[in-house]
Amino acid sequence: MDTAPATSEHAAGHAEDAGHSDEEMKKHVRQYIAVFVALGCLTAVTVGVAYLKLNRPVAITVALIIASIKAGLVASIFMHLISEKKVIYAVLCLTAFFFLLVMLLPSLTIGESVGVPV
Amino acid sequence: MSDVAIPYMVKPHPVTGIPNGKFAIWLFLASEVMLFGALFSSYVLLRTGAPQWPPVEPGEAYQLSSEILNVPLATVNTLVLITSSITMVMAWASLKMKSLPRFKLYMGATIALSFVFLVIKYFEYSHKFELGHYPSHNNFYAIYFTLTGLHGVHIIGGILVNAYLLTFGTKLWFTNPEHFTNRIENAGLYWHFVDLVWIFLFPALYLL
Repeated sequence: MDTAPATSEHAAGHAEDAGHSDEEMKKHVRQYIAVFVALGCLTAVTVGVAYLKLNRPVAITVALIIASIKAGLVASIFMHLISEKKVIYAVLCLTAFFFLLVMLLPSLTIGESVGVPV
Repeated sequence: MSDVAIPYMVKPHPVTGIPNGKFAIWLFLASEVMLFGALFSSYVLLRTGAPQWPPVEPGEAYQLSSEILNVPLATVNTLVLITSSITMVMAWASLKMKSLPRFKLYMGATIALSFVFLVIKYFEYSHKFELGHYPSHNNFYAIYFTLTGLHGVHIIGGILVNAYLLTFGTKLWFTNPEHFTNRIENAGLYWHFVDLVWIFLFPALYLL
């Protein structure tokens, strides 16, 4: 069982134990800035593509691909999913399965009557 | 009150390999995925079931969603949320580098950006209300207000947690910095999830 240390000296020791050296963190920070720039650029691309007035299926596909890349960057780098423990991946795999099931429900239930008012 | 500390809030649990708090926040986020997933599914159902999207009311001309909603404002809001995501992760990184002042700077910026997001959303909503476009107007407005409203509630929740961690919660840093850093990481996971939801909401509602 872990308990809180009583002194700030002890606290500093804990901070040292946190596992990441300053040099390592600086490398991470550079990665965060690169992701931030990429997210800004991808947002500009999303809006730019919308003004091209592509036909809907193509526009939806392109927008979803760009959004998925952005979400992937946020999840893997900002949320550190790129180097997470197996238990987190297991939880997310289960979540992804049920999420996809929920997203597919409309096409499974009204697939043959698209365009007919609900 | 008992003095017994909750186990494995700092050190990894031997079974999961991560502290309990982090495992808990991921389980919470999994339930959040299902909450927003259900609403996204409803959006798909409404959209595919409509002869035209957005629906046209009698006496109104057809407009694309990008013409109905304010795309420049929403683009600014997207950039605001992305920026708040990097300030949030920088707040955590500052603690890893043992700098409390820099943590305060970045966390303060995250909260400020959250308010900017809400103010912009307020202008968007009030313009719609001035036009008499409430959730009851049609299915497009119903799902627009539901999804963005729920997202806005999550922003408010994030502000409350982050404001606590920036003020009263900071004292934990002086007694147990690792525990405090873990709390910031957990708050960050939540905040990035809120950003992630917006990444899909923006094109789905405003651009397509």
